[in-house]
Amino acid sequence: MTTSEKETAKPGAFSVFIEEVRKNSLTVTILAIISGLLAGGIIAVVTTEAVYQAVGHSFFAGIQAIFVVFWNTYRALFTGSVGVPADIIAAIGSGSSDAVNRALSPFFESLVQSTPYMFAGLAVALGFRVGLFNIGAEGQIFVGALATVWVGTSLKGWPAIAHIPLALLAGAAAGGIWGMIPGWLKAKTGAHEVINTIMMNYIAFRLSEYLLTGVLRDPNKPIPISAQIEKSAWLPRLFDDPNRFHLGFFIALLMALLVYILLFKTTWGFELRTVGSNPNAAKYSGMNIVRSTVITMILSGALAGMAGANEVLGVNHNLGVAFSSGYGFDSIALALLGNSHPLGVVLAALLFGFLRNGAIQMQLTAGIPIDIISVLQALILAFIAAPAIIRTIYRLKEPKPVGELVTTSAKEGK
Amino acid sequence: MESVLELRGITKRFPGVLANDQISIDLRKGEIHALLGENGAGKTTLMNILYGLYKPDEGEIVVKGQKLDVSSPRDAINAGVGMVHQHFMLVPVFTVTENVMLGDEYLLPGGFLDRKKAARRIMEISEQYNLAVEPGAFIRDLPVGIQQRVEIIKLLFRNADILILDEPTAVLTPREVDELFKIMQKLVEQGKSIIFITHKLREVMEFADRITVIRGGKVVGTTTPGVTNQVQLASMMVGRQIELNIKKDLAKPGEVVLEVNDIKVLNARHQIAVDHVSFEVRAGEVLGIAGVQGNGQTELVRALTGLTHPVNGKISLLGSNITHANAKKIKELGTAHIPEDRQKDGLVLPYSIEDNLILNTWYESPYAKRHILQRDVILDHANSLVEKFDIRTPNALTATSSLSGGNQQKVIVAREFSRPIRMLVASQPTRGLDVGSIEYIHQRIIEKRDQGCAVLLVSTELDEVMQLSDRIAVMYRGQILAVVDAKTTTREEIGLLMAGVVPAGS
Repeated sequence: MTTSEKETAKPGAFSVFIEEVRKNSLTVTILAIISGLLAGGIIAVVTTEAVYQAVGHSFFAGIQAIFVVFWNTYRALFTGSVGVPADIIAAIGSGSSDAVNRALSPFFESLVQSTPYMFAGLAVALGFRVGLFNIGAEGQIFVGALATVWVGTSLKGWPAIAHIPLALLAGAAAGGIWGMIPGWLKAKTGAHEVINTIMMNYIAFRLSEYLLTGVLRDPNKPIPISAQIEKSAWLPRLFDDPNRFHLGFFIALLMALLVYILLFKTTWGFELRTVGSNPNAAKYSGMNIVRSTVITMILSGALAGMAGANEVLGVNHNLGVAFSSGYGFDSIALALLGNSHPLGVVLAALLFGFLRNGAIQMQLTAGIPIDIISVLQALILAFIAAPAIIRTIYRLKEPKPVGELVTTSAKEGK
Repeated sequence: MESVLELRGITKRFPGVLANDQISIDLRKGEIHALLGENGAGKTTLMNILYGLYKPDEGEIVVKGQKLDVSSPRDAINAGVGMVHQHFMLVPVFTVTENVMLGDEYLLPGGFLDRKKAARRIMEISEQYNLAVEPGAFIRDLPVGIQQRVEIIKLLFRNADILILDEPTAVLTPREVDELFKIMQKLVEQGKSIIFITHKLREVMEFADRITVIRGGKVVGTTTPGVTNQVQLASMMVGRQIELNIKKDLAKPGEVVLEVNDIKVLNARHQIAVDHVSFEVRAGEVLGIAGVQGNGQTELVRALTGLTHPVNGKISLLGSNITHANAKKIKELGTAHIPEDRQKDGLVLPYSIEDNLILNTWYESPYAKRHILQRDVILDHANSLVEKFDIRTPNALTATSSLSGGNQQKVIVAREFSRPIRMLVASQPTRGLDVGSIEYIHQRIIEKRDQGCAVLLVSTELDEVMQLSDRIAVMYRGQILAVVDAKTTTREEIGLLMAGVVPAGS
């Protein structure tokens, strides 16, 4: 149509992609995870030298070697992330709480690993729901951790009841500010948040290096690392060593619940989701897109900042250079896997946490490189992003297109 | 007369739906055969079967006496059957020649394209059928009407002699429609045969040789314009008696509700789109804005509803200055807005009907209390509106994306009409809808008028403006050329004004 140009907010390629992924059924997601796990085993087999030697020896030895690698890989993954079943049973039988604690500690360690994923995954998922692609979770985690360490080390003699919330809040605030800047730039100038959150990541990385080699550095340590935070700021651990399970896990669950309520139960959430689903309709309905964009980026950044705070207050109690090891980037994948829904994010975060924790054991006992887990995660995501692959493998039917058909049947029913 | 194409007993089932039920149609040589039916009646399914995109469950296709087994569009083209889709299949950055030869290229030795030879052929076709085009022009630079010609040339280039035109007038201006019909006449004079799919009654009456009406996947009947009339056709299409002419009493205009004073509005490219426009709309009257698409109506409506702001002039609603008010403020003052593009602006398609029905009242009582959405109230509200506005859907929780266009529009009408309003801005309220839905929406608009609401109707459908309006303002190049009384004006007068011709003495 040769109409004059209209002021339209076009949905970006990312929003379209997310919309498509969101159409995936639960079946596709589950099958994608299973396929990813299987493919991970196959890669483990293919990359193991012993298998080639055995195949060279004889056919049956080859088959046997393949099964041994498969078995060892999955067993190590399981025992590393959950525990050794025999040990757990024996520990329960012995009645010694210390033995139970030790036997179950891999399981709880997986929960500890899942916790930052939950915070960061919620951050990215919240952005997705509002049509914003927050790639800056990683940087927000860093600034969150920096602020938390600062509050944790500089306030002395505070009671835990005040110190912990304040330190957590400092992390959230720093992350929020880090998210707000690209949000504000997007709302006011249209600068794409993907570019600006990436840039903010770089600034955060260099800022953390600057501070950790400068004012925040513990002068008594040979490497650039902060001093330990005051004990009063430590998130309480629920069990004895070596079990590191701490309160942060429940704070993350609480955040998931709050995000769920915000998005699906409140008028603010209705506005945010509308802006995310159809900005033109949001404008038509009198919604404030600028405000929604900025607020979402602040909240998203704050959640990511809490991931950083959680690691400092609950796990490390100090902050070293490059401490996050990619939680922020993994959380993008995780938010997609969880269909940008808080519950989905919690489940996906648990999956990632268990995989990550199990992978360490896998490397130690089965000699399978830890990177297999990254490949495995990548494959799961590839399957989710390209549901056609999964549908073809498992002969699933395409979701039936509705539209004309519904009308006709409705009419006939009338 | 001999039949060039026969469809015999075509049946096509989709899960749960019988899309085509024993449809038999014959197309004679040199005739324009109109296929008339509502959206969802099964016209498009039938044509997709003929075109090899679907396989029929039963029935056969006979072309020039030979049974044809089409399994792809290429088979159809080889049999001389070509189709122009409602949405054109052209590459905007290619030239006319490149588009026409795409998939059927003339080659020079070495695999190079022989554009010259193709262009010569295009010129021949163009002269033979009065299809004036410039072979070297880029598609993106051409108006829609010309793009359509390119589509037709594509078929003639492949020696098609049975042409299927799917809703060809939907995207055209009245003048382009006239041009198209001249071309169609020329084509049939030279021995081509045309199947013309439409839901527009006037066009069928004026240009078809024979008319087949389809409803609910079945052929209702075949007739000719000589023995039928629009009302009868409409009733055949819908399956019940249809009022084409809305019965309305004389307007009783009351106080001025909307006052537009010398406004100037820019479009997104900062060009002047609305140029010093002034008018007023009174309670209890319909002011129609006629005009060819793209003469500033879109920007005018956007300014009136707070989606953009005029750079000059003043807009008052019920005495309040709303020149720079936002959409929310204007809505709260009692304005309802049926947007021009229901899918882009009016609905959030992935949302349920329920959520779309609170799209601009989501924060108000009783739908929200202390910022918490009251789901049970919202659902009750939705259920009652689905019932009251006859929205055909399994339930109120269905996603609006799965509704037909007519039912989507009803969701918008239900939302906008179910709160107390003083002003209605309806932009293209029936675009793309079937006769039944059009009748329904027209009645609702007149009802609002009679309840004392001021109505501003913007439409590019001249019939619609003439039928509903009490006064008609004609917009041309951003200006209102004249405001005429709907009772005394004629189609011709408005048509001339729409083309920018101001009659002498006015």
